[in-house]
Amino acid sequence: MFSMTAAVAPGATWREAFEVLTFRGGYNTNVVIAGTTLLGLAAGVIGTFALLRKRSLVTDALAHATLPGVALAFLAAAALGMQGRSLPVLLVGAAATATLAVLAIQAILRFTRLHEDAAIGVVLSVGFGAGVVALTYIQKNPPAGSSPAGLNTFIYGQTAAMSVGDATLMGAIALAAVAATLLFLKEFALVCFNDDFARVDGWPVSLIDLAMMALVVAVTVAGLQAVGMILVVAMLIVPAVSARFWTERLWLLVVLAGVIGAASGYLGSSVSALLPRKPAGAVIVLTAGAVFALSMFLAPSRGVLATTARRLRVRLRIAGEHVLEAAYERQAQAGRASASGETPGGVFASVAQERGWPWWFKPLVGAWLRARGFAKRRPSGEVELAPAALERGARVSRNHALWKQYLISYADLAPSHVDWSVDRVEHILSPRLVAELEAALAKRGVVIPDPHETSTGRGRAPGAHPHDEAPDASGGAR
Amino acid sequence: MSVTFSIGADLFPLLAGVLAAVTCGLLGNFLVLRRLSLMGDAISHSVLPGLVIAFLVTATRGPVAMFVGAAAAGVATVVLVEVVKKLGRVESGAAMGVVFSVLFALGVLLIERAAVRHVDLDADCVLHGQLEHLAWYGAPASTAGLWDAATIDAVPRQVWVLLIACALAAAFVTALFKELRLAAFDPGLSTALGFNATALHYALMIFVAGATVASFEAVGSILVIAMLVCPAATARLLTDRLRPQILVSVGAAIGAAVLGYAGAVLVPAAFGKEAVNAAGSMTVAAGLLLAVAALASPSHGVVARWIRQRRLARQMHREHLLATLYRLRERDEASASAERIEAVARGAAAPGVVRAERLAGRVRRDAGGDLSLTASGRDAAAEIVARHRLWESYLVDQAGLAPDHVHAPAEQLEHLPMRPPRRAGETDPHGRPIPTTDGASGEHDRADR
Repeated sequence: MFSMTAAVAPGATWREAFEVLTFRGGYNTNVVIAGTTLLGLAAGVIGTFALLRKRSLVTDALAHATLPGVALAFLAAAALGMQGRSLPVLLVGAAATATLAVLAIQAILRFTRLHEDAAIGVVLSVGFGAGVVALTYIQKNPPAGSSPAGLNTFIYGQTAAMSVGDATLMGAIALAAVAATLLFLKEFALVCFNDDFARVDGWPVSLIDLAMMALVVAVTVAGLQAVGMILVVAMLIVPAVSARFWTERLWLLVVLAGVIGAASGYLGSSVSALLPRKPAGAVIVLTAGAVFALSMFLAPSRGVLATTARRLRVRLRIAGEHVLEAAYERQAQAGRASASGETPGGVFASVAQERGWPWWFKPLVGAWLRARGFAKRRPSGEVELAPAALERGARVSRNHALWKQYLISYADLAPSHVDWSVDRVEHILSPRLVAELEAALAKRGVVIPDPHETSTGRGRAPGAHPHDEAPDASGGAR
Repeated sequence: MSVTFSIGADLFPLLAGVLAAVTCGLLGNFLVLRRLSLMGDAISHSVLPGLVIAFLVTATRGPVAMFVGAAAAGVATVVLVEVVKKLGRVESGAAMGVVFSVLFALGVLLIERAAVRHVDLDADCVLHGQLEHLAWYGAPASTAGLWDAATIDAVPRQVWVLLIACALAAAFVTALFKELRLAAFDPGLSTALGFNATALHYALMIFVAGATVASFEAVGSILVIAMLVCPAATARLLTDRLRPQILVSVGAAIGAAVLGYAGAVLVPAAFGKEAVNAAGSMTVAAGLLLAVAALASPSHGVVARWIRQRRLARQMHREHLLATLYRLRERDEASASAERIEAVARGAAAPGVVRAERLAGRVRRDAGGDLSLTASGRDAAAEIVARHRLWESYLVDQAGLAPDHVHAPAEQLEHLPMRPPRRAGETDPHGRPIPTTDGASGEHDRADR
């Protein structure tokens, strides 16, 4: 058995790096890298369904529970006079106890009052503890004829200890798992998105669930030797979660998760082959972790930056419209009461204070108003509102009055309870909804005049505290 | 290897195991209640990079550096999980999985770096501890010899650390019991009343991280994960009150540690084998205790619940048998075959049910095998049918259900030992008379006979 780290001397040169990355680093290295890449692909693809089914941490429990299987299979094989440390035998044992773990979690949830987190924690720790017991038993009482050396590489994984046969087996299991997933794509998707519907439609939901977990077990078991039982969980979870940031479509999600997993597997095992003391499992998981961090922040629609920008835009629009609304209402009041209105700058400052904007938010709102052409700063430093600004303010003010009257007339809300929600809704009323509101209110004999027709504007009583306002701005609402 | 307890070989390992188990068991109660059991799992995985970084920075394995590193890693895990969950809108299980597995991978990589400097930071030791290393060489042969100043000097550092951790955890849980209880059941109310649930949450997490690091050297993180979940879960199946739950969980933790230790040392010795890992054996014992509680708990156990359900089903079948015979009698079928009854109410004419009612003297069987009610059976049956019809009319009159929707709920309510008040001259919504049974309005029934 060749060891991968021996194939490449410590302190690899660029040339060696290039050779390994392009599959020219020796036959053994190539097979291991190819196998790990396939493993990453399979883990990404199947991990997607575990994620969608909210079973991510069940994979953690079943991965830990492979340890007693490995140890017991070793003991059983040794007792039968076979070579204990034969990979297929150990993997069969691992798969058996992992399946048992899945069933144990289901039994705990079904028959006791414990919640899923406790069920997973119990199975995980007891399973692993049993494995540790069995492992120390083997180490201290080694069966005759079988060397127990290297059994604990399954905990952290060690690509260096893999033979060509081991890597081929790993790749074959991974490929089979991917093929099976693609075959059952429709059923898995159905169960993930609407299991109740699937049940009603006559699908054997628990069987499909079990098949899904069986594939998870297969991938976990396949990855035991390369990345170890703790980090194989990361290969199942991290690529799927990362891919989830980029798309809302299932097939794309599966493909992306597979690609992220495969790329992590490929890079991780290559780096581990090139550099000494770089365990492949850890490098693979850290690569996937980096992809996750990038995805979480940079993904276009679900990423943190995009979400924050979107929220900020909406907040800015709402804040800006509040300023315009206030400016319009104060001007209308001034017109009616023949008193001089506040300057636009004064309105801005008082709205900012009323709504408790943080210090950094004020300049942003100002910039928004200027960028939208609502406000202009004169060379003298005074702020001037464009005609479009008052028009927009009038529209928001009228939306406020419309929605408020609607809530009072149709939703039976007390006049003193409506303003809070109206303050949010006024910004998102579409022209069509406005027309519907007008029609609905007209039926009850309430008419909110259009400010373009009456220059006074009869939305909110200007300047007054919202709660002081009479509920029937146009009379006879109730 | 002796099969009996020896002070030198067993006292301190056992003590360390018990202390670690109690520390984690105490804290675990609040994790299990807040459905955060896996936070213990996550923290004890991600403590690994904390330890290694602390070591790489300070170049010592001193307890202070280790504790600071582990506590920082613990808090970082909690914060990162929150960030991924809230900012990234990732489901909480997956968020936890991402954070702890990536941090663990970082730890594994860093351990290799630390190993380059020829320092022993054994990853296996972090996982399952080195209880055997706590053996006391030169221990007194009998317990009488323990009452000596030398005993204090002989207590290993790991046991001291665990003793302090256990005392701190007990003090934390005792001092903040009221606040922790409130935050565990209703974090919103707790915060509204001025006990910041988030701050308590982080305090708890720091204690979990502390317990992890205090335990890891002696017993390993696997025992920590198990003791954070299993004893509390065991107690949860045995009691419904928090104070008893905590006491029971401490008992379960001690029991698991002692049983596990005995299992690790004594059982293999009895078969002439070498001892196995005690920490692993303690987790298995904790799992076994939980399994026993799940099966045999008087209130929530599988067996007790099964018996209760059987008893209830039996009672319902017996009442269905009587009610069915009564209804058939109303339609002038004085007796009925078992098949006829089964067709109306499945299970009501099962052999065991019929035998029980015959022994009670409420049902008799004629020569042809048909069943009919005795006089006392008629009274009992009238009571059940009356309950059924009273519930039907109650549901129509008071609850506003449609007459064709009340049979199914009444079929269940009739088995309760209570019934809606009777009003004079009532019939049920389907126009059937409501049978009178005994006492005040029983004349009608007696005149019937």
